[in-house]
Amino acid sequence: MKTITLAQGNGGEENRQLISELFFRHLKNDILQKAEDAAVVEDGTLAMTTDSFTVSPIFFAGGDIGKLSVCGTCNDLAMMAARPCYLTLSVVLEEGFETRKLEKIVRSIKKELLENGAKVVAGDTKVVPKGSVDQIFITTTGLGEVTVPGISASNVQKGDVIVVSRDIGRHGAAIFAAREGIELESAITSDCASLWPMVEKVIETGVVPHAMRDATRGGVAAVLNEWAEASGVCIEVDEGEIPVSETVAGICELLGFEPTALANEGTFLLAVRPEEAEKVVEILRSFPGNEAAVQIGEVTDSYLQKVILRSAWGTKRFMDLPTGELLPRIC
Amino acid sequence: MCLSIPSKVVEVNKDEVTAIVDTMGVKRKVGIDFIADEVEEGDYVLIHIGYAMNIIDEEDALESIKVYQEILEKMDEEQRQEVQESMVKESDNCPNGGVT
Amino acid sequence: MSLQLKDLYDKFRDPATIKALAKLIGEEAKKLERPINVMEVCGGHTHTIMKYGLKQLLPESIEFIHGPGCPVCIMPKERIDHAYILAQQPDVILVTLGDMIKVPGSKGSLQDARSKGADVRFVYSPLDALKIAVENPDKTVIFFAIGFETTTPMTAALMDQAIERGLKNLLFHINHVTVPEVMKELIDSRDVHVDSYNNRIDAFIGPSHVSVIAGAKIYEPFPRAYHRPVVVSGFEPVDVMEGVLMLVKQFSEKRCELEVQYRRSVTYEGNLKAQAMINKYFEKRGLFKWRGLGNIPDSALKLRDEYAKFDAEKRYADILPKEEIEDHKLCICGDILRGMAKPTECQVFSTACKPSSPLGSCMVSSEGACAAYYKYGGVM
Repeated sequence: MKTITLAQGNGGEENRQLISELFFRHLKNDILQKAEDAAVVEDGTLAMTTDSFTVSPIFFAGGDIGKLSVCGTCNDLAMMAARPCYLTLSVVLEEGFETRKLEKIVRSIKKELLENGAKVVAGDTKVVPKGSVDQIFITTTGLGEVTVPGISASNVQKGDVIVVSRDIGRHGAAIFAAREGIELESAITSDCASLWPMVEKVIETGVVPHAMRDATRGGVAAVLNEWAEASGVCIEVDEGEIPVSETVAGICELLGFEPTALANEGTFLLAVRPEEAEKVVEILRSFPGNEAAVQIGEVTDSYLQKVILRSAWGTKRFMDLPTGELLPRIC
Repeated sequence: MCLSIPSKVVEVNKDEVTAIVDTMGVKRKVGIDFIADEVEEGDYVLIHIGYAMNIIDEEDALESIKVYQEILEKMDEEQRQEVQESMVKESDNCPNGGVT
Repeated sequence: MSLQLKDLYDKFRDPATIKALAKLIGEEAKKLERPINVMEVCGGHTHTIMKYGLKQLLPESIEFIHGPGCPVCIMPKERIDHAYILAQQPDVILVTLGDMIKVPGSKGSLQDARSKGADVRFVYSPLDALKIAVENPDKTVIFFAIGFETTTPMTAALMDQAIERGLKNLLFHINHVTVPEVMKELIDSRDVHVDSYNNRIDAFIGPSHVSVIAGAKIYEPFPRAYHRPVVVSGFEPVDVMEGVLMLVKQFSEKRCELEVQYRRSVTYEGNLKAQAMINKYFEKRGLFKWRGLGNIPDSALKLRDEYAKFDAEKRYADILPKEEIEDHKLCICGDILRGMAKPTECQVFSTACKPSSPLGSCMVSSEGACAAYYKYGGVM
């Protein structure tokens, strides 16, 4: 008897397999199959997306599950250049959860909605017996207005430049460092943030990115691999150019992780025309926390559907899609 | 096999047989069962699954670094010479004796 | 000049130094009379070679053979079945290190066991097992111990603490294995199952952190009795490149010696305190089966008899299967590990044997030769 494993929710290989072999097989239609961050509907005028949030601990350095539940959904809309407008909010609570904590979470939700200029227009609350969920699960669905058409994971083109909006891996590293049993003490904070303000600014200057995607579960490695596959191109990245803070690097050293496989909640990648790259980087850097925005590579046709990492000493290797559950390595 | 990370000892607690180590700004408590007699604050140690395995020999580390430095310097010099030699050769072939 | 922590990372990953060493290796290799095959025994070295693409920097006359040095990948199915069965016992919490999760036994992997309701926990440090045992006095906590010489002292330290605190509910299932015995097996074995007459291993890069604990002395027999030079090397790319350079020099100068490149951390004697701790609790196991290599004499450890009451293998002897599960007859991991065959020459490669359903250790490890061939088709 086959059962669901944690690895199937990792944002990597196993997760994709579950989605394509089960959900896509039964539910497929031409919109779903595009597998974008948000579905573009109604003749390309509206974008729609949904996401469930479970995180442990629920309050972490740099955010909490409330902030996350708004950022996550609004960012998926923003990645289709859609202005977040309306959200639904569905909350599943474990019996015994402290009301004070819930209020704190709702306040963060409010604050983050303001960042995006969006509002919650419908909601639902369920309480389940102790042990049925881990404290609180939140699901949000978002509707946004598409400002620029055509942005897509399958629209990455040869010659494009890949830009990353800031240093990577902070959310994954912060959550892991705070986990029971890991007990790392560091000043790391999650990158959890809303991306719409940045995207809006980029689009206002007339730049039309070919693709944008926030590097959540599965990290930068998952996004680049998805793009390479969906667009049938090769993405070549200079490993040394990928911005990683010293603390994230330290956590990766200790636990045997690759920063590119760690989750982010306020970091995104763009594929843009080479002549637009410099302007995009400049705009991104003008936002606090994003000073490390930089070009990390470009799109070629040398190994189609693959991502290549180039080292400073002239060697190359493939960048894999993360597999399995993220756990500390001993070897 | 056997992931192990250089870290700096920032605090030693001999009674508890533990130390606080710093790995690029990340701190963690580790067991020092295998080096308890010698370890001191400021030492560099290798950490493997929550334990310090040894004290890294600073002199040997510096010696290696020095050797690499020398290799690089020697190579730089060779490269400079190669470039100079090739320039000399090119100028030999030039009818104007390299002067334009 | 004083040493900074950053130097221990940066100087040993410095691109210019890596390139410079590659150039020196290239020059030195011109003096070789024939191509040489270097086995990096340890999975950590394989990781470095793959991650930094070091093979691409070497001349064709130097080939790497990726060794059996991943303690998880070489675990035979029957041992994983033990973990699986123990995890399913009522009131048992099975604790192990992260790497164990994915490897399938005959019943499935530990993550499968957990998804079926077993209490399986993955910890960063064995000390966390102590905490779990203290917090769950009404449960039996079994530490499924894995690893080479590097990791064995930490299991011993956990045991030391458990005894000192008088913990009754922490048991051990010991799967610690040792490096020199498998190296000997690869070049010296003569039985039918693992004929190695024609092994192509010319030299070894000795493991880094195994040697920190056990000392360079454990490789003493190889240059002497087996005529295979050994250079104990660190894990950073500069370390590996310097280690290769030292080996090539030995060949061009017709020497056959034990040398240590990783002098900042490895001594001849190793960490005596850690060795004493290992000897206090463990003794040699007569035979241990390695996935893909078969039974290897004296290649693993078990708890000493006086600690039998902590031994989960003894405590649960009546429910743990004793039968061996034969490796697939067509799996040629042994030959691949000896450099005698390429993964594509194996009949079950990419058919019956894939990363999602591996037969031999070379496919279990993401750094195994077969897994790398499967993923990249030999490109890069």
